[in-house]
Amino acid sequence: MTTQRTAPSPGVTLKTETAVEMLGVHKWYGEFHVLRDINLKVQRGERIVICGPSGSGKSTMIRCINRLEEHQQGRIVVDGIELTNDLKRIDEIRRDVGMVFQHFNLFPHLTILENCTLAPIWVKKMPKKDAEEVAMKYLKRVKIPEQANKYPGQLSGGQQQRVAIARSLCMNPKIMLFDEPTSALDPEMVKEVLDTMVGLAEEGMTMLCVTHEMGFARQVADRVIFMDYGQIVEMNTPDEFFRNPQHERTKLFLSQILH
Amino acid sequence: MNAATETLHFVRNEQVEAAPPPRLVRGPLAWMRENLFSSIPNALLTLATIYLLYVIVPPVLRFFILDAVWVGVDRDACRAETVGRPVGACWAFVADKINYFIYGSYPIPERWRVDVFFVLLAIGVAWMLWLNAPRRGLGAIYFFVVLPILSVLLLAGFKPLSLPPVQTSLWGGVLVTIVVSAVGIVFSLPFGVLLALGRRSKLPIVRLFSVVFIEFVRGVPLITVLFMANTMLPLFLSEGVTIDRLMRPLVGVALFASAYMAEVVRGGLQAMPKGQYEGAMALGLSYPRMMYFIILPQALRIVIPGIVNTFIGLFKDTTLVAIVGIFDLIRTIEASRVDPNWATPTTSLTGYAFAAVFYFLCCWGMSRYSLGVERRLAAGQKR
Ligand SMILES: Nc1ncnc2c1ncn2[C@@H]1O[C@H](COP(=O)(O)OP(=O)(O)OP(=O)(O)O)[C@@H](O)[C@H]1O
Ligand SMILES: [Mg+2]
Repeated sequence: MTTQRTAPSPGVTLKTETAVEMLGVHKWYGEFHVLRDINLKVQRGERIVICGPSGSGKSTMIRCINRLEEHQQGRIVVDGIELTNDLKRIDEIRRDVGMVFQHFNLFPHLTILENCTLAPIWVKKMPKKDAEEVAMKYLKRVKIPEQANKYPGQLSGGQQQRVAIARSLCMNPKIMLFDEPTSALDPEMVKEVLDTMVGLAEEGMTMLCVTHEMGFARQVADRVIFMDYGQIVEMNTPDEFFRNPQHERTKLFLSQILH
Repeated sequence: MNAATETLHFVRNEQVEAAPPPRLVRGPLAWMRENLFSSIPNALLTLATIYLLYVIVPPVLRFFILDAVWVGVDRDACRAETVGRPVGACWAFVADKINYFIYGSYPIPERWRVDVFFVLLAIGVAWMLWLNAPRRGLGAIYFFVVLPILSVLLLAGFKPLSLPPVQTSLWGGVLVTIVVSAVGIVFSLPFGVLLALGRRSKLPIVRLFSVVFIEFVRGVPLITVLFMANTMLPLFLSEGVTIDRLMRPLVGVALFASAYMAEVVRGGLQAMPKGQYEGAMALGLSYPRMMYFIILPQALRIVIPGIVNTFIGLFKDTTLVAIVGIFDLIRTIEASRVDPNWATPTTSLTGYAFAAVFYFLCCWGMSRYSLGVERRLAAGQKR
């Protein structure tokens, strides 16, 4: 198991070694304090799995990273760019950060291929032909090139989620965020999506993944984070995390999801 | 083993062959029994309907077709006294006045220009409505940019092309009805979309403006809007600048339709799941691109029935421009039916029937078209 990345060589700027840095991040929904003092530093190439009970703020935390949610206190630096209200920077960050959602969020009125080429063409200004080539490359990778001209509604859930992953990859992101990518899927489709994600992890993609698939966490994660009540309660290597949880709440949570 | 265990354990080792579905009972008699006389209340309803049709259809047929007069040059052709038989609709009157109904008082030697306009418009409409047409992007430019400019030059006049100017006060009939509706339809959709987006904007000023505009325009009758456009628009302009008499109700109708369209479009926007916005944003699409490529195509599709409904309402509401002195189709019929040359008991009724047929065909066409589009879109992307 990988426990620690090789130490960054001296002289490399911060931009190349840290993918995501969150410093004292707080967020409120009205009166409700949903994120409380989140501190997290993710190295390039690191795979982080985030788990925790429902409502603990996992989604909110990773959605802050690409500004789908706005944080109100603290700093978030993604890929060397600090998130502020500056729309230019937000666009820049979103270009480099891919996101996969629980409910896929494919565009139902566009074909699979169009889903994959829209952003490269209009955000990256890629020529249409090149964008289609790239899209086909990634559709092959997620093993559904033959569905390219169908509409999302004609695919199974597992296939749709793989398209969603391919769609993100077409933007050639440096960081991938996953928000419970398998929890809306029937059990027999979970594996095909997890396999795709494992493949990504093996290629060295920086990944932050909210999931309760503990097998996946054991297999690929460098660190597992446990959140509760908007805080990071415990963070450890998967080995230590599962064998020897420190915090009472972690123990309780693990006893509930690992039978 | 014994019989009991045999029923408890079962393993199929032969495939059941596919069989055709049971034959349905067919034929007109079976259909009637199933649909018209399936129960006593249903049978009573059927009989009542047949009786009503018997009461209504024959007289209508007799009046509008069998007893109708089709040719003639003046009132004598349509009077029972002179014809010597009961007379129904006087279609000869419509035939005699048809040019007035279509062109109004547009000068006769220049009427070919109106015909060319109708042809250009038909090409544009067909190009836009035919979903598989080639180069639809070009078609949109033609429809929204080239056609309006060409139409103005053609209808109002353009000296360099030796098209003498024609005062809009001479325009009338179907021409005006079409021009007013086309302007309303062409402007209401884009403005409606902008207003709907404005109403959901995060910027308070934009939102306030949209809400005030929509609520104000929706809150007053179209007639009021038309009167206000007629009397107030000139006040906004500096002294000396006069605004065309036809232009004023055009502005009024366009504003009025936009407010209604905005609410229809907003309904579609509201129906869009949040995930679609998030999916688009996470890919780095900017707000205009997200709206143009992802949100609006889906939202507008959802509200096609509402959009067409608004168009149909607008098309019929254009008759109200007559109030501010514009000679639309209804107004030309009104003016003709009192022509002493054609004074017969059935002249007015025939004129109105003609208008009804015209409006019905147009609205029904729109309705059928929208049904077709809906069905096609539903087949295109099964959710
Ligand atoms: N837009 C919102 N407005 C108000 N409260 C919200 C909003 N979104 C989320 N919350 C609340 O914030 C808390 C954290 O939500 P979040 O979606 O981050 O939880 P989660 O850990 O992802 O849970 P789950 O496992 O159910 O997805 C929840 O209590 C939720 O009710
Ligand atoms: Mg969540």
